[in-house]
Amino acid sequence: MTNDEIKAKVLAALAAVAPELEPDQLAPGANLRDELDIDSMDALNFLVGLSKAFGIDVPEADYRKLSTLDAIVGYVAARIGKR
Amino acid sequence: MAKLTYREAVRAAMREAMAADPRVFLMGEDVGLHGGAFAVSMGLFEEFGPERIRDTPLMESTFVGAGIGAAVGGMRPIVEVMTINFSLLALDQIVNTAAALRHMSGGQLSVPLVVRMASGGGRGLAAQHSHSLEGWYAHVPGIKVATPATVADAKGLLLAALADPDPVLVFEHATLYPMEGEDADDTPMTLGRAAVRRAGDDVTIIAYGGSLPKALAAADALAAEEIAAEVLDLRTLRPLDVEAIVASVAKTHHAVVVDEMWRTGSFAGEIAAIIMERAFDELDAPVARVASAEVPMPYSKPLEDAALPSAEKIVAAARRLFS
Amino acid sequence: MGEFVLPKLGADMSRGRLVEWVKKPGERVARGEVIAVIETDKANVEVEAYDSGTLEKILVAPGSEWLPVGTPLAVIGGEEVQSAPAPEVPRAPPTLPVSAPRDSPPAPAPRAPARAPEAPRPPVRPREAPRAAPAPRAAEGARLHVSPAARRRAQALGVDIATVRGSGPDGRIVLEDVEAAARGASLAAPVPAADKRTRMREAIAAAMARSKREIPHYYLATTIDLGRALAWLASYNAARPVTERMLYGVLLLKAVALALRQVPELNGFWIEGHAQVSEAVHLGVAISLRGGGLVAPALHDADKLALPELMTRLQDLVTRARASSLRSSEMTDATITVTSLGERGVEAVYGVIYPPQVALVGFGKVVTRPWAVDGAVRPREVVTATLSGDHRASDGHRGGIFLDALDRLLQEPENL
Repeated sequence: MTNDEIKAKVLAALAAVAPELEPDQLAPGANLRDELDIDSMDALNFLVGLSKAFGIDVPEADYRKLSTLDAIVGYVAARIGKR
Repeated sequence: MAKLTYREAVRAAMREAMAADPRVFLMGEDVGLHGGAFAVSMGLFEEFGPERIRDTPLMESTFVGAGIGAAVGGMRPIVEVMTINFSLLALDQIVNTAAALRHMSGGQLSVPLVVRMASGGGRGLAAQHSHSLEGWYAHVPGIKVATPATVADAKGLLLAALADPDPVLVFEHATLYPMEGEDADDTPMTLGRAAVRRAGDDVTIIAYGGSLPKALAAADALAAEEIAAEVLDLRTLRPLDVEAIVASVAKTHHAVVVDEMWRTGSFAGEIAAIIMERAFDELDAPVARVASAEVPMPYSKPLEDAALPSAEKIVAAARRLFS
Repeated sequence: MGEFVLPKLGADMSRGRLVEWVKKPGERVARGEVIAVIETDKANVEVEAYDSGTLEKILVAPGSEWLPVGTPLAVIGGEEVQSAPAPEVPRAPPTLPVSAPRDSPPAPAPRAPARAPEAPRPPVRPREAPRAAPAPRAAEGARLHVSPAARRRAQALGVDIATVRGSGPDGRIVLEDVEAAARGASLAAPVPAADKRTRMREAIAAAMARSKREIPHYYLATTIDLGRALAWLASYNAARPVTERMLYGVLLLKAVALALRQVPELNGFWIEGHAQVSEAVHLGVAISLRGGGLVAPALHDADKLALPELMTRLQDLVTRARASSLRSSEMTDATITVTSLGERGVEAVYGVIYPPQVALVGFGKVVTRPWAVDGAVRPREVVTATLSGDHRASDGHRGGIFLDALDRLLQEPENL
């Protein structure tokens, strides 16, 4: 899976919790929590979405690593790459 | 129209009936020479003689039973039971025999019996002479229950009772005997018709028998507070004039039912239920009841007064419907 | 035969629009089944039938205008229909301006216990004093007190009974009140339709203004050591995939629900001058909506649900709240509200009670603070829990007992 493919799926999972998301407007380094007004329930639902999209389970300890779009794409790439 | 007392009106009805119909006779305890415990039959013994004004032993079951037998045999007996409390000794005769015979004989037998008795409290006669059990009798199909509350009704309803082919119990509230009022006219009365004794638009006070004067006094007092009370006199409890009740409540949207029976199981409860069933959408407030306190009637006058419905209690109940 | 009327789904609802019929004429409807979708000023709501029967006739087509609460929407017939509920529901004539204030409610309660009554008083009729007597419909408990005669007259005169102030004994609406209302009804003027966000603001404004006008709030706060609870949760979540993990908010909700058992007077309503304690604990969870506004739908029987089940329900509730697909019972049944503003870094929230509820519990952000533990100062994760109480229904002392109970419950997360 390429990074672009990963990014597309991540954005889809994000859009599921933040429907008004406009991918073009989202800076890759922006803090998602602030940018998209994501709360913990949204975050959890997003992680469930990631788990479905990529078959990975993000442990709680890794949550704080996933603050920006770029970080998430990188994290996912690393996780699926390891398998 | 001539003025006379309630007692005289009852007497006049009996005299008139006996004069008109040889089948009519009166029997009961001390009704003859003594003239009746409440002096209702005073003078009739002299006028009609011992054949038609018959003193009986102190044995209600027997003489009410004899009255039933006489009625079945073609006579038109008037049986006087001294007080409503004593009528309990004749309850079996009244309920199991008088009320039932027409139905158990397939209509072959009728019991054109009239039983008169004094009812109610207010005379300091304590718990064996003062009760109001007319609702018990009104419970029983097969008998009719009249509760005349005016002088005219004392005469007219008794005559109507005598004209009826079935047993009729007439409850004469003992406090009414000395009350003066206008005589009835000659129009025959019908059992089962209530009467509006005072018209009003704001609240219907439903009463019968000895409670009617209290209801009228209450209506006077309420008028001073600009509450226009309508006073409905039931006159008979069975048959009951349901339409008159419904019509009045439909007009006033408020009802206070006055009943000297004890509140629990009182006839007022039946009236309230009928209003709820038939006039629910007319009600602007719950139906109020003013009934007797749940004690055997006290002997002490102040306690007896406290136990009985009064004009003041009716006024208070009516007032509570509005505020 | 009964009428299915536009129910009042909360204190801030005065009108609704029919979006969709889920049931078709001729279909059987079971009590509690979703029968239609209604748009309120705050959300689209799946409205449940409050009686079983057959949907005989639809009176209002989808895509309707704004209709006042109480407007008959359909006729439900059949042997199972109780005649009782129907007459209790105020019929509002479609001709009545939507803006007329509707203080009371009567949407028959599809579920059990508590029904949030009463609506806000829009400012269009300032001549009327605020009504202290909401009119609740509860399966058990008080409801709008209208004399039968007044109810019938209201129908005949086209008066929305919910707009009428009762002057009879115990605040009962009597004939005279209806007639007076009919005389004054022409004073109400329609408000122009507003966009959705504006309408939600208006609805919130009305409910909150009423709360602050009528409810003598008292406020209590306490700081609770969440160390044990968070540690327990971390170990619980560590062993589970993301789909089975819980948020710490669930622990807070469960603790609130259990603590209410100890101070039940905080759980319920203040209606017509009387406290009405609810046996069931239905937590109204304040959920902020994307783009502004909030709803506080009920998590039913939160005190009886195990934590994982509570989490599932919460997740479902939040998702549906944000997707605008709540059910009518969720809109009306909450017996207390819980709000958490910790997500955005707020340390304490002193909330405004949602009438006719009598309390609101607030949680702030979980922060690490120096904390005395066994005589030594240690960094601990703590949260500030607050209680806004209706002083008519409870006193500060009892509120304090509640917060104390909350604290103790959160020290034993394994028992929640």
